[in-house]
Amino acid sequence: MTKHLMKGNDAVIRGALLGGATEFFGYPITPASEIAHAAAFYFPLAGHTFLQAECEVNAINMLYGASAAGSRVMTASAGPGVALMAEGLSYLAGAELPNVVIDVQRAGPGLGNIWPEQSDYNMVVKGGGNGNYKNIVLAPNSVQEMCDFTYKAFDLADKYRMTVFIMADAYIGQMMEPVELPKQVIHGKRKDWAIYADKESRKNLVTSIFMSVEEMAAHNQKLCDKYERLKNEIVDFEEVDTEDADILLIAYGISARISLSAVKELRAKGIKAGLLRPKTLFPFPSKRIAELSEKMKKVFVVELSEGQMLEDVKLAIYGKAPIELCNWMGGMVPSSKDLINKMGYGD
Amino acid sequence: MTTVIKHQKPSAFYDEFFRKGPGQKTTHYCPGCGHGVAHKLVAEAIDNLGIQDRTVFCSPVGCSVFGYYYFDTGNVQCSHGRAAAAATGVCRTLDEDRIVISYQGDGDLAGIGMGAIMHAANRGENLTVFFINNAIYGMTGGQMAPTTLLGQKTTTSPRGRTAENEGYPIHMSEVISQLEAPVFVERVTLGDAKGVMKAKRVVQKALQNQVEKRGFSFVEILSPCPIGWKMNSMDARHWITEKLEKIFPVGNLRDDTKEPAPVSIPRMKLTDEELIDLFKSGEVESVKAGSLLNEQLVKVAGFGGQGVMSASALLAKCAVAENRHATWLPSYGPEMRGGTANASVVISNEAIGAPVVETPNVLIAMNAPSLDLFEESVQPKGMVIVNSSLIERKVKRDDVNVMYVPATDIAIELGSVMTATIVALAVYAAASGAVSVETMQKMIPSSIKRKNLVDINLKAVEAGLKYYKEHYQK
Repeated sequence: MTKHLMKGNDAVIRGALLGGATEFFGYPITPASEIAHAAAFYFPLAGHTFLQAECEVNAINMLYGASAAGSRVMTASAGPGVALMAEGLSYLAGAELPNVVIDVQRAGPGLGNIWPEQSDYNMVVKGGGNGNYKNIVLAPNSVQEMCDFTYKAFDLADKYRMTVFIMADAYIGQMMEPVELPKQVIHGKRKDWAIYADKESRKNLVTSIFMSVEEMAAHNQKLCDKYERLKNEIVDFEEVDTEDADILLIAYGISARISLSAVKELRAKGIKAGLLRPKTLFPFPSKRIAELSEKMKKVFVVELSEGQMLEDVKLAIYGKAPIELCNWMGGMVPSSKDLINKMGYGD
Repeated sequence: MTTVIKHQKPSAFYDEFFRKGPGQKTTHYCPGCGHGVAHKLVAEAIDNLGIQDRTVFCSPVGCSVFGYYYFDTGNVQCSHGRAAAAATGVCRTLDEDRIVISYQGDGDLAGIGMGAIMHAANRGENLTVFFINNAIYGMTGGQMAPTTLLGQKTTTSPRGRTAENEGYPIHMSEVISQLEAPVFVERVTLGDAKGVMKAKRVVQKALQNQVEKRGFSFVEILSPCPIGWKMNSMDARHWITEKLEKIFPVGNLRDDTKEPAPVSIPRMKLTDEELIDLFKSGEVESVKAGSLLNEQLVKVAGFGGQGVMSASALLAKCAVAENRHATWLPSYGPEMRGGTANASVVISNEAIGAPVVETPNVLIAMNAPSLDLFEESVQPKGMVIVNSSLIERKVKRDDVNVMYVPATDIAIELGSVMTATIVALAVYAAASGAVSVETMQKMIPSSIKRKNLVDINLKAVEAGLKYYKEHYQK
């Protein structure tokens, strides 16, 4: 088993190229910039395209054009940049164009700072742009998953003709861990709806306009049906020590790493804690959370935001267990001890 | 005979505009609008050049948003102002024989899309842009455009555009022609028959340039909008020749097409094996494991130039080589430029939770501020290595194991002050066995970027080990 030691941001580009990515358009922003650095180095070496766009707005529109032309295309940014991409993401959703976007979350609002937060949740998981649409949102909590999730993201994007977000944070992007790279290269296939500048695809049209209200309604319904289908087909999560647990922590990304430490330490104190970590934020593992909550004395939602994922947990549990938010903002990252204290189990 | 009408249609147009609805043969444009003529010129040029199958037409937001009703080519409908960016995406994805057209209006291209068009032009994308300048926003209801003339009344300049309030009409062709990369820039008019005939040749030339892979071509077309201008069709055409052309003179502003076309360099094509090999160089060689007993929560701290980041990363790499779980988390960003730097390294036999080390059981303090900052956080019975070259004081705690190592002095003696943290790290490795000194020696050659510094780093490990044996080994 050969491993590499690298940053999460570097692992993204390994996963992307092995996952068949051929075009990268992006604009630098801390703490996501290493992704662009690695793309600028490796994409041309692999015979692919790297282009630094003039801004995030135009970067996402380059994705739009490239995806329309059948490409496996990606970009990477952080909160302020992703906010600028919102209109483009809505167009991509409306035109059902597959693409992959990495969001290495930092603290906001505004320029905020470059330390970790998880406050892009609403913007990315709930939409961000105009109209009824969703993105598939994968939430890695390790450098290995930064690689693995990006690797599989292009297949998911093509299958469902959607934007797939890799929702990371400053720590997951900046830290180094061992990674085992995928051993096979995946290639995108020719898409019957895309435009290849040839006779066969000449008839194809990529658009998000539907002037008749009936057609627009039908298109919306088609998208919603697809989003509904995802809930059965791709929802993914990890459970730690939930079997006999009577308190449950729910967290993703870096918060899940801290929660994992907290669960170990609580168990050492004889407290029956368990962890549910969503690996997909959309679709959200609501069903499993609802099941688990029935036997819990309390559910703790741990996140680096004002309580954005909290709302999805509340909807899932629907009053079946008491819920408490343990949150930090502004780039503060708690230790497991801080978390245990906040939960009320401190020494 | 209806067939006569059919034959007049360029083949790059659909016979029926089915996307508008079954049986439709007329456009959605207003009577007297210039888009119909401009479309026809483009479609005829596509026919003449025989490029219909390989053409991709990018339509904007504006009246020509429905370009795909008419052009029997690949069609991409783009967001407002971003057609040049989307077209860039198409250009960069498809092979070089594709023909990409970005067809945009004045609000779209010169207003909201100014950034996108300037940068596409500046990159010299092999792309043809048709810019319809009718000095008004048509689709949204006759508002002021960036090209609206001074004094021209629109729904958002009801008393006429003034330079004081809205600035001057923008001359896009002149602006674009000032850039280095574009090969062809010309302004044409649909104001009279002669102008249309000239426009026909220029439109075709702009596409011909792309067929020859010459680069970025830009054609500005002065075009009537009788409804927006509140005129009849004839008056609108006169207004072009009498008013618009006075401010936007027609003519060629750039033609570098007499130069030989640039030679394109074919892209590399890697096999799967070659792609996998590309990433081989970073692999960490697996070595025999040392004797890690308990989870190591290591904080390495100092200032820039002491090798704090690279040495702590080396520690993580050694742990990976010994098949441990390991994380390395740096302090990063502007903070690093302030002169203090620290990294958290966790080494464990189990999956690691939090990568942030708040309560280290190992502190390697390379300067006095680092010891001041982190001494209190060290766990009881933890290990503290103090760089005694730079830290004069002793550790205040009596519940931790302290080793004083003159790391900077040793490093200077070896010839590189940057190896100071490596010296301290070797002491830690020898004392704890968390990673073995042999592993450090094995990992150094592949970890040091400047190869002439490998030897000196290896010597630093030796020196650290020697210092440990002489002063602290029991």
